[in-house]
Amino acid sequence: MELAFLGQNKLTIRLGSHPRSAFMSVSELAVSVRRASVVYSAADAPVHALQEVDLAIAPGEFVSLIGPSGCGKTTLLRVIADLEPISAGAVQVNGMSPRDARLARAYGYVFQAPALFPWRDVLSNVMLPLQIQGRSAAECKAVALEHLARVGLTGFERKYPWQLSGGMQQRVSIARALGFEPKLLMMDEPFGALDEITRDRLNEQLQQLWQRERRTVVFVTHSIAEAVYLSTRIVVMSPRPGRIVKDIRSPLPEARHLGLRDTPEFMAVAHELREALGHGRDE
Amino acid sequence: MNRLAPVAAVLAAGLLLWYLGCIGLNANGVIERVLSDHPGWTAKDLILACWSMERPVLPAPHQVAIDLWTSLVDWPLDSPRNLLFHAAVTAQSTLVGFVLGGLFGVLLAAAIVHSRTLDRALLPWIVASQTVPVLAIAPIVLVILGSLGFSGVAPKAAIAMYLCFFPVTVAMVQGLRSPQRIETELLHTYAASRLQAFWMLRLPAALPFLFPSLRVAVAAGLVGAMVAELPTGAQAGLGARLLTASYYGNTVGIWSALVLSALLGLTLTAAVGALERIVMRRRRAG
Repeated sequence: MELAFLGQNKLTIRLGSHPRSAFMSVSELAVSVRRASVVYSAADAPVHALQEVDLAIAPGEFVSLIGPSGCGKTTLLRVIADLEPISAGAVQVNGMSPRDARLARAYGYVFQAPALFPWRDVLSNVMLPLQIQGRSAAECKAVALEHLARVGLTGFERKYPWQLSGGMQQRVSIARALGFEPKLLMMDEPFGALDEITRDRLNEQLQQLWQRERRTVVFVTHSIAEAVYLSTRIVVMSPRPGRIVKDIRSPLPEARHLGLRDTPEFMAVAHELREALGHGRDE
Repeated sequence: MNRLAPVAAVLAAGLLLWYLGCIGLNANGVIERVLSDHPGWTAKDLILACWSMERPVLPAPHQVAIDLWTSLVDWPLDSPRNLLFHAAVTAQSTLVGFVLGGLFGVLLAAAIVHSRTLDRALLPWIVASQTVPVLAIAPIVLVILGSLGFSGVAPKAAIAMYLCFFPVTVAMVQGLRSPQRIETELLHTYAASRLQAFWMLRLPAALPFLFPSLRVAVAAGLVGAMVAELPTGAQAGLGARLLTASYYGNTVGIWSALVLSALLGLTLTAAVGALERIVMRRRRAG
C-alpha cells in the first residue's frame, strides 16, 4: 500500500513540471499521433486538411482541440476514431491502430447532433451499443439505467427523442457513449447547437463526470470559454494547411466550478488562447 | 362527422349521376324491348323501366345492391352463387401473392442496397419487368406453372406477386438508404456488423417507406389475382365471375362483382393501414 502511494506521489510531482505524456511510451498513451497528414484531392489543388500533426495524449487528460472552421480539428478527431483515413503518418489509440481500437470498442464518440434513433425510446437508445456488443438484455437495461441517472435523466427512460429538448437529447447521447465504459471519450462540438444556458449546465455536468471517472476526453470546440473551463490541456489549430500551432497546459486547478470563469487565472488562459488563435490566423 | 360529410356529398352526387346515366344509356333498349308492348307510355314509365330492366347497358345502383344482397343472403357461403365465396378465393391468392411479393421485394431491396454490382445489374431488369403488361404475362405463367403441376392458388398468387414486389422493392431501396451519414457512422464507431446495422438501423429507418408501398402493392396484387382468373377458365374468383357474367350478358352480375372487388380492395388496403398504425404508433417525425 505504502509503495503504491509513493509511486502515485512521484507521478504528481512530475505532472507539475512536464507534460505527463512526454514520459510515456506509445503503448501507454491513450492517443498518439505522429506526423499525420490528411490530404483530399480537389479539382484545382489538393486540400491539406491536416499536415504533419503530432499529438500525444496521456490517459486521464481532458484535451480540447480548438480553432477556426477548416483547421482540421474535426478531421483530427475523426482520424483518431477511424472515421477518416490518414494519407501519411501514424496514429495509435491505446497502443493499437485506430481500426483495431474501434473494433475493440475502446472509445465512445459523441457527434455534433445527438443522432438518436427516433423509433427507440430513451432507454433503448442508450442500450443500443450494449446490444451491439451482445450483452444480455437485463445487463443492457441495468447499465443504461445507471448511465441515464448519471446524466440526470432518471424518469425519462420511456420518452421518445422528439419529446425531449435539444439539451436532453444530447445528454442521452452522452449517456449512450459512456454506457459501455470506454477508456476514451471523443466529442465533436457536442454542445455547439445548444443555447448558452443549456451549454453552461452541460459543461458543468461534463466536468463533474470527468472529475468522478477521469476518462481520457478529446473534445472539439470553437468556444474559448468552453475549452478553458473544461480542459487540462488545450490544443490550438490553424487552417490551410490544418496544423497545431500551440499546445497550452491549463494552470487552473483540476476541480472546477462555473464561478472560476470570472477569476484572473481563467481570464489569463483565455487571453493566451485568444492570442494563439489570432497568431495562427495571421501566419 | 366533419370527415364523413364531404364523402357523403360525393357519394350522393355519384349516385345521382349514376341514376341519370341509367336513363340515358338504357332508354333506347327500353323503348325497343320493354315499352313496344305498351303503347301510350309516359316519361314516368320510361324512367322506371330504365331503372328496372333486365340486362340493362348500365344497371341502376339498387339493382346491383339487390343482386349482391341476394347472392350473399340466399346462398350458403360455399356455393358458387354466393359472391363472398368468389371474393374469398380471390382474396386468398391476393394475400398469398402479397406476402410472397412483399418478402421478395424486401429481400431484393436488401440485396441491391448491399451490393453495388446487384444494384447495377438488377435494377434495370426490375423496372423493365413492370413494362410488360400483366395481361400478356398471365397466360404464359399459367401455362408454364400448369405444366409443372401447379394449379389453383399458386399460379394466381405468382401473378399477384409479380405485381406486388415492384413498389416494395423501389420504396425499400430508397428506405434502406435513408439513414443519414451520422447514424451510419455512429454504428461504425460501435463496430457493428452489417447484419446488425441492417436490423438496428436500416430496416427500422425504412419502415416509413415500406407501408405506403405495401398499400400500393396489395391493390396491385388484387388486380394481378383477378387478371390471372380470366384466362384459366377458372370456376371461382371475382375475375372468373366477371368473365362468366359478361359472357352471358349479365350486366348486373358484372357490376356486383365489380363492386365487391372494389370493396375487397378497400378492405385489404385498410388492413395494411391498420397494420401500419400498430407498428408505427410510437413513431413521430422529428
